Amino acid sequence: MSLPLALGPARPVPLSAVNPVAQLTAIAVVTVVLLISGDLVTPAVVLAAELALLPAAGLTTPGAFLRRTWPLLLSAGGVAWVNVAFGALDGADAWLSGATWGLRVVALALPGVLLVAATDPVRLADALTIHWRVPTRFAYGALAALRLVPLLAAEWETIRLARRARGLAGRTPLTHLRLLTGTAFALLVGALRRGTRLATAPPRRRLRGRHGAGLRGRGGAQRPHRRLEPDRRRLTSTVRRWPAPGTSRCSAGSTSARRTSWACRGWWSC
Amino acid sequence: MADQAVRPSEAAPGTPRWRTVDIVVTAVLGVAFGVVFWAWNLLWAAVGTAFVAFPPGQAFMYGVWLLPAVLAPLVVRKPGAGLFAELIAAVVSALLGSAWGSIVLLYGLLQGIAGEAGYAAFGWRRYGWPQALLSSALAGGMAAFLDLVNYYPDWTAGWKTTYTALVVVSTVLVAGVGGMALTRALAASGALSSFASGRTRV
Amino acid sequence: MGPSGVRLTGWGFRHATRRAWAVQDVDLVVSPGERILLTGASGSGKSTLLRALGGLLDPESGDVAGELAVDGRAGMVFQDPDSQLVMTRCGDDVAFGLENVGTPPDRIWPAVDAALDAVGFDLGRDRATAALSGGQKQRLVLAGALAPRPGLLLLDEPTAQLDPDGGELVRTAVQRAVADRTATLVVVDHDVEAWLPLVDRVVELLPGGGLVEHARGWAPAPLRLPARQAHPAGELLLSAERAGFTHRGSAVPALLPTDVALHTGRTLAVTGPNGTGKSTLALLLAGLRAPTTGRVIAAPTLTAGLRRPERPPHRWPADDLAHRIGTVFQQPEHQFLTSRVRDEVGAGELIERMRLSDLADANPFTLSGGQQRRLSVAVALAGRPRVLVLDEPTFGQDRETWAELVALLAEQQDGERALCLVTHDATLVDALADDVAHLGAPVTVP
Repeated sequence: MSLPLALGPARPVPLSAVNPVAQLTAIAVVTVVLLISGDLVTPAVVLAAELALLPAAGLTTPGAFLRRTWPLLLSAGGVAWVNVAFGALDGADAWLSGATWGLRVVALALPGVLLVAATDPVRLADALTIHWRVPTRFAYGALAALRLVPLLAAEWETIRLARRARGLAGRTPLTHLRLLTGTAFALLVGALRRGTRLATAPPRRRLRGRHGAGLRGRGGAQRPHRRLEPDRRRLTSTVRRWPAPGTSRCSAGSTSARRTSWACRGWWSC
Repeated sequence: MADQAVRPSEAAPGTPRWRTVDIVVTAVLGVAFGVVFWAWNLLWAAVGTAFVAFPPGQAFMYGVWLLPAVLAPLVVRKPGAGLFAELIAAVVSALLGSAWGSIVLLYGLLQGIAGEAGYAAFGWRRYGWPQALLSSALAGGMAAFLDLVNYYPDWTAGWKTTYTALVVVSTVLVAGVGGMALTRALAASGALSSFASGRTRV
Repeated sequence: MGPSGVRLTGWGFRHATRRAWAVQDVDLVVSPGERILLTGASGSGKSTLLRALGGLLDPESGDVAGELAVDGRAGMVFQDPDSQLVMTRCGDDVAFGLENVGTPPDRIWPAVDAALDAVGFDLGRDRATAALSGGQKQRLVLAGALAPRPGLLLLDEPTAQLDPDGGELVRTAVQRAVADRTATLVVVDHDVEAWLPLVDRVVELLPGGGLVEHARGWAPAPLRLPARQAHPAGELLLSAERAGFTHRGSAVPALLPTDVALHTGRTLAVTGPNGTGKSTLALLLAGLRAPTTGRVIAAPTLTAGLRRPERPPHRWPADDLAHRIGTVFQQPEHQFLTSRVRDEVGAGELIERMRLSDLADANPFTLSGGQQRRLSVAVALAGRPRVLVLDEPTFGQDRETWAELVALLAEQQDGERALCLVTHDATLVDALADDVAHLGAPVTVP
C-alpha cells in the first residue's frame, strides 16, 4: 500500500493558474449538462475536451493517466455491459445506449481527476472563502483536518499490524469484516481525540467566525481582503475573579459575574 | 483529564451555533471515514470493480459510504454536520483514490443533503433512533437514485425497484443501526467527552 | 507589550465529574521575565494549572477557588505537534495564528520571519509541514506561539513525544527564544534534569494540594532502578540475518541489512538515532512485516506446533504468531479490541499481576497512559509468548509510571523469555538491557 504523503501537486501545473472555484463551477456545469443529456454526442464531445486538458493538469503520458483512472475505465465498461444485460432495450440499440452511459461515466469523473491533480488545497480553501464566502471556520477547519490524512493513513496500517500481533487476521470473509470494522473503530477513536486536541488550541489559533482570515498577500498578488477586527476581549488581559464556594477570598459583596477589564499594570509595582 | 475541561470557544452544546471543536471534529470524522474508505477500497478494489457488473453486491457496501452523513450529526448534534462530514469524506476519497473524481464529489454532496434532511425533518433538535433511521433511509434512497440515473438508466422498472430496495435496506442497517451503535461505542470509549452525545452516561 | 506577570492566590480547581480537587491551595507569584519549571507527580494538576494560565480552562466545567491573575496574552505549546499544526506549509502555519489575532496583512510576513528566526528554524517558509521531524514540528509550533509576541509562554511537556535529538532541538529553540526575557516562561515537564539549566526556579505541585518551591541548584532524587538479575544466554530463539526493508516505491531503505539475535534469558535493546529503522526492525522481528532483503529465522522451539514450520514469522497465521512472539506497540490504544479490560486480558492472574483488577470493568480507552501501557503489556503476555518485542515502551511516561514499567519488564525477564526493546531512552537501556544493538547512521534523503 503506497501512502500518499502530499496533498496537492508537487509543482504547479498550467491548470493551477485557473482559480479553483472557477474549476469547481466548471465541474458543476459539466455535471449538470451530462446528467440531463441522453445522447452519445454530448459525452463524447465533453470527454474529448477533458482529454485535451490532461496535459495541462500534469498528466502528460497515457501511463500516468491510466494509473490514476483504471478502476474508472474498467467500471465504465462494466456499466455499459450491465445496461445491456439488465436493460429494457435490445440488440444494437442496447449496445449504443450502454456505450453512451459508459462514456458519460468517464466524462463525469474526469473533471474531478483534473481538479485534484492541479489544485493545492490551501489555495482552494482561500478561493472558497473569498469568492464563495464559505465561512472561514469551516474552510480552515476542513483544511486542518485534511492535514491529518497522511497521518491517519499511516495509523491505519499500524493498527492493522497491531491487530495481527494480537492474533487477529482475516481468513474468512466474516473475520475479515470484523478485522476491518475493529481497525476502523480504533482509527475513529484516535481521530476524534486528535480532532478534539486540534480544536482546543490556544486562543490565538481559534478559528474565528467573525473576522475571517485575511489573505496573506502571497507573492505580491493584489487580492482584496477583509479588514480584520481584533477581538477586544482576547487582546485585553483578563483578571478573573471567581468567587470560591464557601471560602471567600474576594472582597465582600463580590458577585458571580465575571469581569474582564484591562489589567491594572499598577499591581505589579506595589 | 485537563483536556476535557477546556473552554468551548463560543456556544454551549445545546445551541445550534457551531463551536470550533464541532467544526474540527466533524471535519476530522469526515477525513477519518475518507481514509477508511480508501483502505477498504484497496482491499476490495478488484472485487469491487467487478461489483459494478453485479450490483446487488455493491448494494451491501453502500451503507458504509453513508455512515459519515448519519453519524456526524449524532456525535456533534449541529445542523449541517452530516453534509459537512459526507462532503469532506468525499473530498478525501477523491484525493486519495482519484479514479472516480467528480462523481465521488457529486455523490457526497447529494447524499449529505439527503441524510441531513432526515435530521432537518425533526428540526435538528433530536438525535435518536427515529432520526438516524430516517436519515439513513433518505441517504440510501438518494444513493440508489443517483446510481440509477448515472449507471443504470436502461434498466427495467422491476430491476430499478429491486435495486433501490436493496440499497435502502442495506443503508438503514449499516448506517442507521450501525451508526447509532457506533456512537454508543465511541461515547463509551471516552472519545466524545467534549460533546453532549458523550456525556449522557459513563 | 512586555513580559507578563502571574499571580495565584489560594487557587484551586475541581472538575465537575470528580470529587477530588485537581489543584488546590496554589499560591504562586511569577515575576515578569522569569522562567519557572512546574513539575510534580502525575495527577498533581500541572496541566490543569497551565491551561488555566493560558485562559483555556472553562470555569463552567468545574469549581474554582481563589484568584488567578495573568497580566497579558499567553502563547502555548502542547505535547503533540500534529495536533497543533494546521497548515501544510510552515510559513502559513505561523501566519495563520497572526491572522487570527488581527495583525494587519502587511505586518504578517515580517513577523513570521522574525518568529522563525527567534527559534532558529531555518528550513524556509515553504517547506511542507508533513516533511518535518517531530522536533522540527514542535519548533515550528513554538514559532507560531511566539509570533504574536505574547507576554507569557506556556509549554506543556513539549518534548514528551520526541526522541532525545528532537527534545534537544526544542530546548535549544526555547532557550534562544526567551534569551532576551521579553516573555515569562512556564514549562510543565516531569523531565526535570533537562530543563534545570534553563529555568530560574522549580515549582513542584504536591498531590494533596499546595506546592513546594526549589531554588537553583536543586536536583530531584535519582530514580531507583530495580535490581536486575542477569541470566546467561540460553538458546537462540529468533534471529535476523541481514534483514533490511525498503518501502515500495522508495529509493532509500528504511532499514539497512541488520543482524540481531534473541536468546532466552537475555534482553536486547535496539538503539539508534531517528530514521535508522528501529521500529521497522521491531516489526520484522515480530513477524508483522516481510523483510525486503535478508530474512528472519525462528528457532525450532518457536516453530514447534506450526502447521508449516518452514515458513518465516511473517507468514505465520496470526494466532500462532500471538502465542509465540508478543508485541507491544508504541500506542497502546492501537491494540485494544474490546470494551472491557477484563475481556482484553482474559481471566487469570495476569490481571492481578498488572494491578489492573479494580479497573477490570473499565473501558480500555478511558484508562490513563500508564494504565494503558500496563494493559498492553498484559495483553501481549496473555498468549504466553517466548519472545516479547516492545516498541518504545517508555514513550510518554512520567517518572512514576516509568519506574513501574521498568520493574514490570524486569520481572518478565525470568530466564525463560527473550525480550527485545526498541528505544531511544538511554536510562531504560541502562536499567534493563543485557545486550545492545546500535543501528548506524541513517541514510539521509538528499
